[in-house]
Amino acid sequence: MAENKNDAMNSPSKAEKIIEIVGASKIFDDTVAVDNIDLYVRKGEFITFLGPSGCGKTTTLRMIAGFDIPTSGKILLGGKDITNLPPNKRPINTVFQRYALFPHYNIYDNVAFGLKLKKIPVTYVNAKGETYTKMQKLTRREIDEKVKNALAVVDLEGFEKRSVSTLSGGQQQRVAIARAIVNEPEILLLDEPLGALDLKMRKEMQIELKAMHKKLGITFIYVTHDQEEALTMSDTIVVMKDGQIQQIGTPTAIYNEPANAFVANFIGDSNLFNGTMVGKMSVRFCNRNFKCLDDFALHEKVDVVVRPEDIRMTDADKGMLKGEVISVVFKGVHYEITVKAGKTEVVVQSTESRNVGDVIGLDILPDGIHIMKKEFTVNRYDGYITKRNTVAFGDGEFECDVTQLYPGSLLDEEGYLVTADGEKLDLTDTDVTVEVGFTDIEISDDADAGGARGHIVSIIYKGDHYQVIVRTEENEEDFVLDTEDLWNENDFVSVKIPPEKIRLSLKQEAKQK
Amino acid sequence: MVKKILSVALCVAVLVFIYSPILLLVVYSFTDANVIGKWEGFSFKLYADLFQNREIMRILLNTVVLALVAAVLSTVIGTAGAIGIFYSKKKVAAPLKGISQIPIINAEIVTAISLALLFSFISLYRTYFSLIVGHMVLCTPFVVLSVMPKLKQMDPNVYEAALDLGASPSTALFKVVIPQIFSGIVSGFMLSITLSLDDYIVTAFTKPRTFDTISTYVYNAVKNGTNSSTPALRALSALIFIVMIAAVLAVNLRAGKKKEGAK
Repeated sequence: MAENKNDAMNSPSKAEKIIEIVGASKIFDDTVAVDNIDLYVRKGEFITFLGPSGCGKTTTLRMIAGFDIPTSGKILLGGKDITNLPPNKRPINTVFQRYALFPHYNIYDNVAFGLKLKKIPVTYVNAKGETYTKMQKLTRREIDEKVKNALAVVDLEGFEKRSVSTLSGGQQQRVAIARAIVNEPEILLLDEPLGALDLKMRKEMQIELKAMHKKLGITFIYVTHDQEEALTMSDTIVVMKDGQIQQIGTPTAIYNEPANAFVANFIGDSNLFNGTMVGKMSVRFCNRNFKCLDDFALHEKVDVVVRPEDIRMTDADKGMLKGEVISVVFKGVHYEITVKAGKTEVVVQSTESRNVGDVIGLDILPDGIHIMKKEFTVNRYDGYITKRNTVAFGDGEFECDVTQLYPGSLLDEEGYLVTADGEKLDLTDTDVTVEVGFTDIEISDDADAGGARGHIVSIIYKGDHYQVIVRTEENEEDFVLDTEDLWNENDFVSVKIPPEKIRLSLKQEAKQK
Repeated sequence: MVKKILSVALCVAVLVFIYSPILLLVVYSFTDANVIGKWEGFSFKLYADLFQNREIMRILLNTVVLALVAAVLSTVIGTAGAIGIFYSKKKVAAPLKGISQIPIINAEIVTAISLALLFSFISLYRTYFSLIVGHMVLCTPFVVLSVMPKLKQMDPNVYEAALDLGASPSTALFKVVIPQIFSGIVSGFMLSITLSLDDYIVTAFTKPRTFDTISTYVYNAVKNGTNSSTPALRALSALIFIVMIAAVLAVNLRAGKKKEGAK
């Protein structure tokens, strides 16, 4: 996982860590919202937690604010443990998604709320010349001054006497920001603060927030599900999914060097291909070898990301790939052109247009290809059901249990599938996704023993077992399997899979007959 | 046209049916006769009697003081309860809310007898304590009922926002939560006053023997049908009715004005 190391490398400032989250988890009843995350935030930085809803970003923010106490793990503020400190004792203020203004107060009282509660040490000299400090509330004049300044920062001068309900959403959000920054917190937390605003207002506020961050010089921790917002505003982005951190890095690093397929897909548009390393800095996908800049082990299965703007269109026979244009969409600045090259669809962004039906070539330069470690634990294939209710995939044919496609279904004597509702289906040629675990595949010297045949192209020792890759001849399909037996490279073997270990899922509803 | 006349006629008939007994009472409060139904000429004598009758005045005061004490205590407990239920975990909140509302559905006579039983067990039967607690049992669920929706309408983040700005939990409660649910608290309080003012059953079962509220006094006074020993009660009833009408009108007018103001 690209965690702290990455952060340290990419962080623009080398300032001290202001917040450190150490192995924090948060469990609500039975759901794990945040799963053992480690993270730190540097002083003065603009850091964004980015991820789809339910990824744990808001919970992480709430743990920093003190609204949620981590189930396990620690939160440090400037090196001091604040895990159990209540929110009112933390020098942190929050801007809430729905503003959370106090509707019974006017704007002045909303902004002054924190100031009126605040006590600051004031030093006096008594008659004997000794100095002593007393905790004192701010004077009215001081509060007036600070409120006025805060409202000026958010461009709401003169709004003091207005009531909350007379303000627009954008103005309310500004009040919420003023109410938070007026307390001069060390850290400002922003929980999707622009989520409720319309697009134009959101763009304006993004720029203003960024400017505010520069001007105030305090740490901003921002939560959003909008990748564009994150890329525009942040110094550092933390991409989260399912309560775990996927990647930490600068916007450029996250965009250009996504750590995995999820990050690549979530940030920006991308073409994702299944690839295999075929040589030093050479990767094969879309039935072609490409030069690339990342080095992985030979034969390793990898995910390949190609950004649509990194693909160049050429004449039909000059490109590395050849395909037919199947759709062209005008997007304002560029055209989005979908090209079908062989079996895969490739999305291209270009300022030039093409016509649907044109056959064109596509070129991808090595620096446009980003290769990521595949985090897979199963073999996955596209297959289809044959007439005999077996499944064809990976250049072979295997016995399987087709009734798993429809829960509660049965096979009748004629080979039709009878669903739980009593419907009769003919599954022939139904497209399915096939999954087989690494440990569920056996190989045999007897070429006729299994459903598919191929040569062993790679054997990697993994401590207590070997990971073997068998590649078929026809379409170069790979079977990855774990075995305790030692084989030799280039052995010609057959692949056996027990029918109950083949997991099938429908690609689309079978045609009903 | 015929339809319209019929519908208006029906409405009038229903209203007459509802209000005629009270109107009758009001009309007969202006004559000086011991028995209702006998007209002995227009007079304000009953009203004069009413304000000169020390006993009735004392009982009136009893009733009002009891209602105020019970309502204030119920409002405090009910509001605290509603806030507590609202901020509890879901698993706890749902059953708590259900249980808190059972006394509303429960037959009042059952509540009254149970209270009598309980207080005789702890040797506090027919004391001021049992009376006030009895009335609180009556009123508190209604306070919870009227405060709860206000809590639900509130932005759930405002309490957290107050904490975030440095308020202690109690400051946040009094400065942010209470002001926002205040209208619910007031309506709970008003409801409690009304409930306590006209309650008979619980009062009859829990009051000290020498203590009377209007309800128990009137009941005892008119036990023998229309032949009342204290005809001044007619004047009192009429006055109570008129005060109630005035209160309802005032509340409605204010609500109407507020709505216009909001526009």
